[in-house]
Amino acid sequence: MSGLGGIVEMPVVRLESVVHRYGKTTALAGISLDVPNGQMIGLIGPDGVGKSTLMSLVAGAKIIQAGRICVLRGDIRQRRHRDAVCTRIAFMPQGLGKNLYTQLSVFENLDFFGRLYGQSKRERRQRIDRLLSATGLAPFPDRLVGQLSGGMKQKLGLCCALIHDPDLLLLDEPTTGVDPLSRQQFWELIDDIRSQRPQMSVLVSTAYMDEANRFDWLIAMHAGRVLATGSPSQIKSQTLRDSLEAAFVSLLPGSTDDRQATLRIPPRPTNIEELAIRAEGLTRRFGSFVAVDNVNFEIERGEIFGFLGSNGCGKTTTMKMLTGLLPPSEGRASLFGKAVEAGSLDVRRRVGYMSQSFSLYSELTVRQNLWLHARLFHLPWKLRRSRIEQLTKQFGLESSLDQLAAQLPLGVRQRLSLAVAIIHQPEMLILDEPTSGVDPVARDHFWELLVGLSREERVTIFISTHFMNEAERCDRISLMHAGKVLACDAPDKLSDARGGGNLEQAFIAYIQTAEGSQFATSAPRLTPATLPANTDTSSAPPAASLFRLQRALAYSHRESLEILRDPVRLGFAFIGSALLMLVFGFGITMDVNKIDFAVLDQDRSPESRDYIGALIGSNYFRQQTSLYSQDDLERQLKEDRISLAIEIPPNFGRELRRGTRPQVSAWIDGSNPSRASTVEGYVQGVHASHLRDLAMKGGHLSARPDLRIEQRFRYNPTFQSVYAMVPSVPAILLVLIPSILMAVSVVKEKELGSIMNFYVTPTSRLEFLLGKQIPYVGMGLVSFGVLTIMDVFLFGVPIKGSGLMLLACAVAYIIAVTGIGLLISSFTSSQVAAVFVTTIVTILPSIQFSGLMQPVSTLEGTAHWMGVFWPTTYYMHASVGAFTKGLTATQLVGDFLALVAFFPVLTLLATAALRKQEQ
Amino acid sequence: MWQRLSSIFWLGTKELRSLKRDKVLLAFLVYSFSLAIYVQARGTSSDVHNASIGIVDEDRSQLSRRIANAFFEPNFNEPVLIEAGEVDAAMDASRFMFVLDIPPNFERHIVQGRPAEIQVNIDATAMGQAGIGANYIQAIVQREVSRFQSRSDRSAPLAIELVIRRAFNANGNPVWFASLMGLVNQVTMLTVILTGAALIREREHGTIEHLLVMPLTSLDIALAKIWSNSLVILLAATFAVYVVIVRALQVPVAGSIPLFLSGVAVYLFFATALGVFLGTVTRTMPQFAMLVILIIVALQMLSGGMTPIDSQPPWLQAITFFLPSRHFVSVAQAIIYRGAGFSNVWPSFATVALMAFGFFAAALALFRRSIASR
Repeated sequence: MSGLGGIVEMPVVRLESVVHRYGKTTALAGISLDVPNGQMIGLIGPDGVGKSTLMSLVAGAKIIQAGRICVLRGDIRQRRHRDAVCTRIAFMPQGLGKNLYTQLSVFENLDFFGRLYGQSKRERRQRIDRLLSATGLAPFPDRLVGQLSGGMKQKLGLCCALIHDPDLLLLDEPTTGVDPLSRQQFWELIDDIRSQRPQMSVLVSTAYMDEANRFDWLIAMHAGRVLATGSPSQIKSQTLRDSLEAAFVSLLPGSTDDRQATLRIPPRPTNIEELAIRAEGLTRRFGSFVAVDNVNFEIERGEIFGFLGSNGCGKTTTMKMLTGLLPPSEGRASLFGKAVEAGSLDVRRRVGYMSQSFSLYSELTVRQNLWLHARLFHLPWKLRRSRIEQLTKQFGLESSLDQLAAQLPLGVRQRLSLAVAIIHQPEMLILDEPTSGVDPVARDHFWELLVGLSREERVTIFISTHFMNEAERCDRISLMHAGKVLACDAPDKLSDARGGGNLEQAFIAYIQTAEGSQFATSAPRLTPATLPANTDTSSAPPAASLFRLQRALAYSHRESLEILRDPVRLGFAFIGSALLMLVFGFGITMDVNKIDFAVLDQDRSPESRDYIGALIGSNYFRQQTSLYSQDDLERQLKEDRISLAIEIPPNFGRELRRGTRPQVSAWIDGSNPSRASTVEGYVQGVHASHLRDLAMKGGHLSARPDLRIEQRFRYNPTFQSVYAMVPSVPAILLVLIPSILMAVSVVKEKELGSIMNFYVTPTSRLEFLLGKQIPYVGMGLVSFGVLTIMDVFLFGVPIKGSGLMLLACAVAYIIAVTGIGLLISSFTSSQVAAVFVTTIVTILPSIQFSGLMQPVSTLEGTAHWMGVFWPTTYYMHASVGAFTKGLTATQLVGDFLALVAFFPVLTLLATAALRKQEQ
Repeated sequence: MWQRLSSIFWLGTKELRSLKRDKVLLAFLVYSFSLAIYVQARGTSSDVHNASIGIVDEDRSQLSRRIANAFFEPNFNEPVLIEAGEVDAAMDASRFMFVLDIPPNFERHIVQGRPAEIQVNIDATAMGQAGIGANYIQAIVQREVSRFQSRSDRSAPLAIELVIRRAFNANGNPVWFASLMGLVNQVTMLTVILTGAALIREREHGTIEHLLVMPLTSLDIALAKIWSNSLVILLAATFAVYVVIVRALQVPVAGSIPLFLSGVAVYLFFATALGVFLGTVTRTMPQFAMLVILIIVALQMLSGGMTPIDSQPPWLQAITFFLPSRHFVSVAQAIIYRGAGFSNVWPSFATVALMAFGFFAAALALFRRSIASR
């Protein structure tokens, strides 16, 4: 504790008039704040007040728009400082397991983070073992993160954050959606860690006011501003309230003190009512996973029945079974005495359902949403307008009628959802976590509406929540955990049954009883030896540098694991390219053979039959029918029965014998001009050879000098499409698919949030890009192998030239095209955009300007230059050269060098375009 | 019944409103049915264009120079004179698509009426142009030689005159073909993307569950998506035909445009059903996007809009028979170019409708099942 006084002087984080905006919305409206060192600081406030923005700014993950933020004695705006301190900061973003990799196991996740901080294999092993045993995750090192419960994910997230012994730990809503037992364990864990590392500062944000009591110092936020700071007791005494929630409400601007924070719920008439809902042994399995296990309850009409439990405990699944959205695997549910059948329309008219998260059409206005639902529920014509007007007034939606639902504040949106859910005056309401993320005032308002519906209109309300204080307002509640209902009774009776504490403690006690049967000790406490020793500060992780192979390989390793476990991407890469190879290889063919034709022979002489015979004998043409008239000829062409019609005039034979040059007409179907040109060429060829035969027979040969034009079809003597197309197609597929997958892999991290690990760890941009590129180059090479095997064995196009040089070109080409994918990923932000932009950007130059349709040398202007600066040009040339033209390695070296040149340019551009911070 | 129809109607108007708000998709839609078709039609050329040609003139006579001068733009680039020894290297490096070799004493042999031979080397890997270009070269050389001869002596005229006429597109204008096929491809692509994306958007936003707790069946939901998206594409296609193809690109239409548009409507039933199908089998937008690319490319490549159906191997033709896009392409070509009437094309209409119906039934079954299993 020596020197503590000196440290306390200097705040660990100092904010000076920090402003942050997203478009027109202001997230932070000028915040100035000193955060004391070595303490546990709570950032409290409901969703959307700017807590997360503040956290990411402090972590250096977001670019500061205005103001100054000093973190660990330096300006976090400066890159040098960020690079220096990022190894001392750990950031766990909001969302369950947001920065974890769901396809990776617990151990693999931790191992990845260890590698990023440059720890040796031995060191990683030791640290991981200690962290896992400290958090009780030790029995599951090989479980995939996607299969962990919310509480376990958060513990793992904490482990990942602690792997490098940070001095500043930032936890953004670490306990939202986690069951109360795990929540308690989580806080105990943090307390233990702090007792071992007292110099560490922890900044935690939370929306649960009741949790805030355990923090040393609080920052209460609302609408981008700080309402108050101080210790919990200071804040409570300041506002003369005895709970933090009440204190917070009274701090809100414009809050009137006469308004009582406590909501009054009139007692429910106790006479026995008919049953509204009955569940008997409801069970739902997804594969081997039991989501809901033998759930029973009965709910009376007009009752407010609460379902309390953490995320993923089966609340939503139970509700879906009650509404008929999901058929139960076992058991029965009945509403108003009738069994719920999946898809029964009758039940739906009597039930209103409000699903988790806002699920109305955010692209419609409030009015449009209301009208749409009134129509879909077939409200009688005359009632519609009055019902909508009544609801608008009752729910206070008048002022926002013409606003888009997307632009509404969360509280108003939830009211709109409720209005829509009851528009058809249902007898029962099923509400799935309707108030998560809503601020306390709006939540009380929402509850007033619910109480009114229940007590005045006798609507049965079935509501799920993970807020204890909401559960206390229900007539009866069910405690749900891991698919099972642990207990079901009135809230105060439940708390009394378990020692008379509050509901949360009762719930924890119930969970412990339930889990006690499974695990003897579910929450191992830390002993001093369990945490990694960090006395030696010289073994601090290396700071960010331009390029460290270990970090790049950490990304490669992780990406490879993810690819191998993702059937969709693997399927797209290999089955997709094989399928397209078949389609292109067989589908694009310029060969025209067996042209259907017919003859209108108006002469019927030996000479005319001779002429027709020449056509048939040429093998290009296939005679269909005989034509009877000019009309018939036109009709046959029109109906697409023939592509060519030959008209031989009357007296053809006589005129030929007389030498008066009879005229033969050929009609070609010109719909497809390129095909028509080919047909024309064939007709002329046959015609010319027939004339030569005639001349030879007639002995006129000497009359004309014999000009022979010898056509030498080089490389492809039989002039078959397959020899030109099949080697060209891989060039297109290898640019399209690897570049799409590459772009998606980066953008996916942006979309899912794991890019945060790149922002806040000492990874350099080059390490990130090259690390991610390596597995895709490998994947591209496997594709190349598959396509080459198809070329040779399926299409029968052998490699006549240098196969080794072709392989070298393929490597260079795939590096170049994945580079294009990386470049595109730097300016797209959604995976869909990445797929379509990459397709549009790569397909056009690859098909039109790279020599498939016409050689690059013959293109003009922009098209020519696009071809010259596009790698496909060189690879396609090399591929056709190696396969069909039989070019040697030295003849292909030019293409290889051109392909190699793309790599530094693209890498440089992609590195420059990639941001190390969020916008 | 009446109630269901009204539900389907109002649900469809919701789709239209959503689309109206999605500026990116709207911009993509407008671009695809205007500029994209225009550029594609103008930009592609199936004819020989700027073909590179090299000439080895070992004769250096008046005739050989005349032949060399007979190649000019737009079909050919200005010929480059090269040495006989360079031919192989130049062709290996793809400098020339064609190399003409005029042997020594060529003119003398022609004048003396002795047999003479010119060699044309063709890069037969340039499939699109090599064949047609070779024919052009042959014709040009023959013309120059006979002009040269007619100056020096009169030879017997050809015994039979061949007059070649092209039906439906007399000048072989590539714009006609490219514009219509461009439209057909855009219809397929946009419809599938629009419908599938609408479905996945509902799933991702959770609104699909919201719909399912209302008195609506999955059939109602699917039909609402089908009619609204079909209407949008049909309007876009109508615009593209009248404004882009007929007005801007000046393509003459032989048949009835309303008949063509009703063909589009029938085809849209299939394409929207495909969208529903793909939107159901994929769980997320990125998966959908990847799958769409694979399917669309196959549909477009094998429909006869790029290369003729006749050129496909027979076993492939048997498979592509089951692609509605193939029948749609043939209907489109028959009506627009050949002026076919309803009596000519109704079998194709019926085939497309039948396939669309079958596909729709399958897609709907899958859609129902996917909802039940969530």
